[in-house]
Amino acid sequence: MSSHAHPTVKMFVAVWIALLVLTALTVFVATLDLGPFNPVVALTIATIKALLVLLFFMELRYSTALTKVGVTAALFFLLILVWLTLSDYLTRGWTSYINPFQ
Amino acid sequence: MPDNQVAPHNLKHHFADLEQQKETSTFGMWVFLITEIMFFGGAFSAYLVYRLHYYNAWVAGSQTMEIKLGAINTVVLICSSLTMVLAVHFAKLGRRQWTALCLVLTMALGFAFLGIKAVEYHGHWLHHEVPGPNFHFEHVGNYDPHQVMIFFSLYFAMTGLHALHMLIGAGLLTWLLVANARGRFTTEYNTPVEMVGLYWHFVDLVWIYLFPLLYLISHSHNG
Repeated sequence: MSSHAHPTVKMFVAVWIALLVLTALTVFVATLDLGPFNPVVALTIATIKALLVLLFFMELRYSTALTKVGVTAALFFLLILVWLTLSDYLTRGWTSYINPFQ
Repeated sequence: MPDNQVAPHNLKHHFADLEQQKETSTFGMWVFLITEIMFFGGAFSAYLVYRLHYYNAWVAGSQTMEIKLGAINTVVLICSSLTMVLAVHFAKLGRRQWTALCLVLTMALGFAFLGIKAVEYHGHWLHHEVPGPNFHFEHVGNYDPHQVMIFFSLYFAMTGLHALHMLIGAGLLTWLLVANARGRFTTEYNTPVEMVGLYWHFVDLVWIYLFPLLYLISHSHNG
């Protein structure tokens, strides 16, 4: 058990400060009109924050390979969920199929 | 286990040792959190599909959100994640009083979040933005107000489910506090504190995505 590297309080505080800075940044960027890039920037910052929480607060970095594989698989399936959903709804206008949203 | 070795009382007989038991618990907790990720993933997908089709209504609905309150709540949750991680840290060191203090702080921050969320819900109620017969949305724009009602339905469903998870988290923290006060956790056995920590951080993760999607991404756009 003690063979693993262990996180320190210093590191937790550093991650906490990084999360606060990223929150301030994403709120600031929201006040700028970047057109289609507003969601891109906001979700990129959110994903960096999520990774910080996953790796350090949830200690995924120090977890067993099995846990890491499990979580990675989950994110992959989440991607499939969104991807296949969108490949349905976004392409409905391409055929003569009646679009339920119009 | 060799017969001459005394089993630690926290070790269940079907595990070889405490380390294997802890790794099993951790993986089991992650599997549960993965089902939660897929559960919230469905809600996020619904949000995405509707945003793409009812874009103008989505912009109008999202611009009624109080960014200031949302940002304060984000900070509150991030702080609660820090106190949670410190509770786990102190539990591992066997420092009961520090563990208790961090657990209490985590719970207090959790209730602060819920209080601010309640203020926001009250504002939506006063502005007739709660879906139902009293729903009324007057902002000018190129959309059907019913589409804004769908925005608010998803808003209440997603933030409501998130708030429900926080309430469950507060219950779990109460349970930890009692067990901690009874001296249940030691330097060798503190798995429950760690597992509740994972759950609490997961709830934080959901908010990390809810905040930009509901409050931020359409803030500077014109519907």
